[in-house]
Amino acid sequence: MGKWTRRAFITTGVLGGGALAVGVALRPGHRAPGVAGEVTEDGESLINMWVKVGADNRVTLIAPHSEMGQGAHTALTQMLADEMDVRWEDIAYQEAPAIDAYANWALGKGFILGDADIPAVLVPTVNGAFLQVAKAMKLQVTGGSTSIRATGVYGVRVAGAAARELILEAAAERWGVASSVLVARDTHVEDPASGRRAPYAEFAAEAATRAPSATPRLKSPEDFRIMGTSRPRLDVPTKVDGSAQFGIDAQVPGMHYAAIRQAPVFGAKLVDVDAEPAEVMPGVKQVVRLNNAVAVVADSYWTASQALGRLDPRWEETENDAVDSDALKRRFQDSLANAREGGGPAQDEKSGDADGAFADAAAVVEASYHVPYLAHACMEPMNATARFGDHSCEVWVGTQNPLGFRHEVAAALELDLDAVTLHQHYMGGGFGRRAIGDVAIQAALIARDAGVPVKLIWSREEDVRHDHYRPSVTSSFRAGLNAEGDVVAWENAYHDKHEPAEAPLIPYAVPARRIGHTNAPTHVPFGPWRSVDHSQHGFFTEAFFDEVAVAAGRDPFALRMSLLKGRERHQQVLRTAAEMARWDEARPRGYGRGISLQESFGSIVAQVVDVHIEDGGLSVDRVVLAIDPGFAVSPDGLTAQMESGVIFGLTAALYGEISIERGAVVQSNFHDYPMLRMDKAPNIETHIINSYEAWGGAGEPGTPGIAPALVNAVFDATGIRVRELPLAKQDFSDWG
Amino acid sequence: MVRLAINGEERELDVDPAMPLLWAIREQLGLTGTKFGCGIAQCGACTVHLNGVAIRSCVMPVSAADGGDITTIEGLAATAPGPGLHPLQQAWIDEQVPQCGYCQSGQLMSAAALLDNNPNPDDAAIDAAMAGNVCRCGMYGRIRRAIKQVASQSVVETYVPGEADHG
Repeated sequence: MGKWTRRAFITTGVLGGGALAVGVALRPGHRAPGVAGEVTEDGESLINMWVKVGADNRVTLIAPHSEMGQGAHTALTQMLADEMDVRWEDIAYQEAPAIDAYANWALGKGFILGDADIPAVLVPTVNGAFLQVAKAMKLQVTGGSTSIRATGVYGVRVAGAAARELILEAAAERWGVASSVLVARDTHVEDPASGRRAPYAEFAAEAATRAPSATPRLKSPEDFRIMGTSRPRLDVPTKVDGSAQFGIDAQVPGMHYAAIRQAPVFGAKLVDVDAEPAEVMPGVKQVVRLNNAVAVVADSYWTASQALGRLDPRWEETENDAVDSDALKRRFQDSLANAREGGGPAQDEKSGDADGAFADAAAVVEASYHVPYLAHACMEPMNATARFGDHSCEVWVGTQNPLGFRHEVAAALELDLDAVTLHQHYMGGGFGRRAIGDVAIQAALIARDAGVPVKLIWSREEDVRHDHYRPSVTSSFRAGLNAEGDVVAWENAYHDKHEPAEAPLIPYAVPARRIGHTNAPTHVPFGPWRSVDHSQHGFFTEAFFDEVAVAAGRDPFALRMSLLKGRERHQQVLRTAAEMARWDEARPRGYGRGISLQESFGSIVAQVVDVHIEDGGLSVDRVVLAIDPGFAVSPDGLTAQMESGVIFGLTAALYGEISIERGAVVQSNFHDYPMLRMDKAPNIETHIINSYEAWGGAGEPGTPGIAPALVNAVFDATGIRVRELPLAKQDFSDWG
Repeated sequence: MVRLAINGEERELDVDPAMPLLWAIREQLGLTGTKFGCGIAQCGACTVHLNGVAIRSCVMPVSAADGGDITTIEGLAATAPGPGLHPLQQAWIDEQVPQCGYCQSGQLMSAAALLDNNPNPDDAAIDAAMAGNVCRCGMYGRIRRAIKQVASQSVVETYVPGEADHG
């Protein structure tokens, strides 16, 4: 069973090519009777894999993306409604089942090729070879900010346009007219000449048997009626009255509850545990020993967790039992130093003559940056419910990868895939964490051992101490300036490259650039964390750029603009943020303003942060953000994602640190892994620029730019250059 | 045996008196709108009202609520006059507050207790009442706007034109 990482995903995904999402989406419903049985009820016609129409004229989008608050369900539904000319009141979203037919590969494609390389929608519909690749990938991932820019653009819009055409063709045949004279409007077909009008439902069954066009015609932006408008999110009403069903809310008859303690040192195994102190407690069903954990199953979660507290498991000793954060940091620094002596790090980018430029430089700026490990700290602690039957298993869980989890559980329990059923729930936060299937596998193993359905809930302490962390990274820089203060050379070496590959690259026209990485693996598990490598490199590159500007005696905004010649979208975004934030306005002593620019996941974001120092403490007062996402399908949804991404990144920049002692994580709960709260949250203003270039992502691009803009503002206010996060470590007691 | 009135309904619970109220609500009473977040009263996801006061149910033993009157998110709407949602729930929809939504039951219960005591809170009062509730999706600005929306409604409702002139 392979552990899912974005790295592995990309290696596989390269095979995928550009045609798959379209192919899957357009596959006519009648060619997939097995699928139709899974996703339709009586009276519903599956027009293609992603669109069904009910006898009541209700149109449902069936799409392989899960909802964790990012608004994908609503925005994808808007895309279908618009392309298919469905009234907003007539449309619904249904999450695709966790079956291979709905594997999505879009995440990989978005990373690998960049959307600009996809030849629009002009691709064959059903391509068996591509379909097989998608199935082999066994993935149904919501991540990489891909729901809209990949699945939506290349799948949902095409599926909607194709379904609309089929319905018009079916109506034309029945009415004996050319389909070109018919009009689709408000979930009805109209014949202007005769005045006839009928609901889509009347033609849906016939449409479902027809072959779709290979090249359905998509709307131009000037014809959009629903895309580009802010529709109330479909999931919000259930999230204000307590009725939304998260994974932790699953109820199964006969269900017991399990609490778990995992080996503190990553990689250690359970040697032994005396179960008696737990098993003598009333209500305890049994103690379950897993490879690297011990769990107690009881008739309530409280009893299970109390009983677990009585156990004193013995863990295997490992070679990492003495590792701490300082040792890891030395390992990172040594890796960079050794590479420098040993012929240089592996190259990400090399252009111009860096050696020559540095030799001729009038001044060289050098600095080293560092960020710690970070936990995801989803509000809903990891949990899953499982029932093990006669060589079958059902799992109830909120996941960013339903199909992947199903495959993982099947592999772990040595079951056929068909024997594993997954029931998807809302996620109380995901941020990348819920793409990793560990808790689902544990729940299934415990349920099998206990012989009863089990809801496994991790304590917050387990959640913080057994995450797959945002990697800790050290990154060292040199920049060369000529006598006029122009930036002539940029050199950057860091350790451990993950995804996206372009994260450490800079958009600035520095003539000589040399960027590369080394490898310094640790025993600390890592995984995708909102914006992935952009979260570290966005901080490193944009903070160091600020240092370079100061050394060159240049305004950080003006220097960026001068090095972005020809990149009009970047310039426009940066200029908008600066203007809205009144960049040039003078600020009093102790007040500071910082700026950053970061392109990630297909969107370009600039941020300006205002801070001041008061009573020895740092106050973050305002964030002004400008984004060019190509096109905002839901402006309010995009704005909400920017606000969320900023607070997520700000929490990390101010407080976030997971440290390692004796091989294990030190922090355990919100008292020592604090979150930003309302009383410290800044005002956030978002300005959206629709450039109508390739559509970008929303869930992640707001996060990378806040940390650098923040430390740049701190420098502006105090002259203190912060090169290591979190800022909570910085002493401002001499100030304000 | 612990006796509770939960959302107006009298219930008796035969549980460990030390069991936190949160788990009694979720598992014994089957009301899952109240959420587990931290277990140490640090995040506010478990906030309910006990005799009208916002409390963290994850650290309150069920025995300490014996004889008490408890309101959870499922009963919030019924505490406001008229049919339908509580004004705060409607404001949460109007401002599109929730993202993942997991913390929002607790946010709403804290906000409702705030407005019960202070119908027109200023920013400092909102901060003081709401800083115990973590929103990992960072929707603090929208929560503040939604609270102010309801607070301003209450001012409009109680304002009688000309009344101040007679004071």
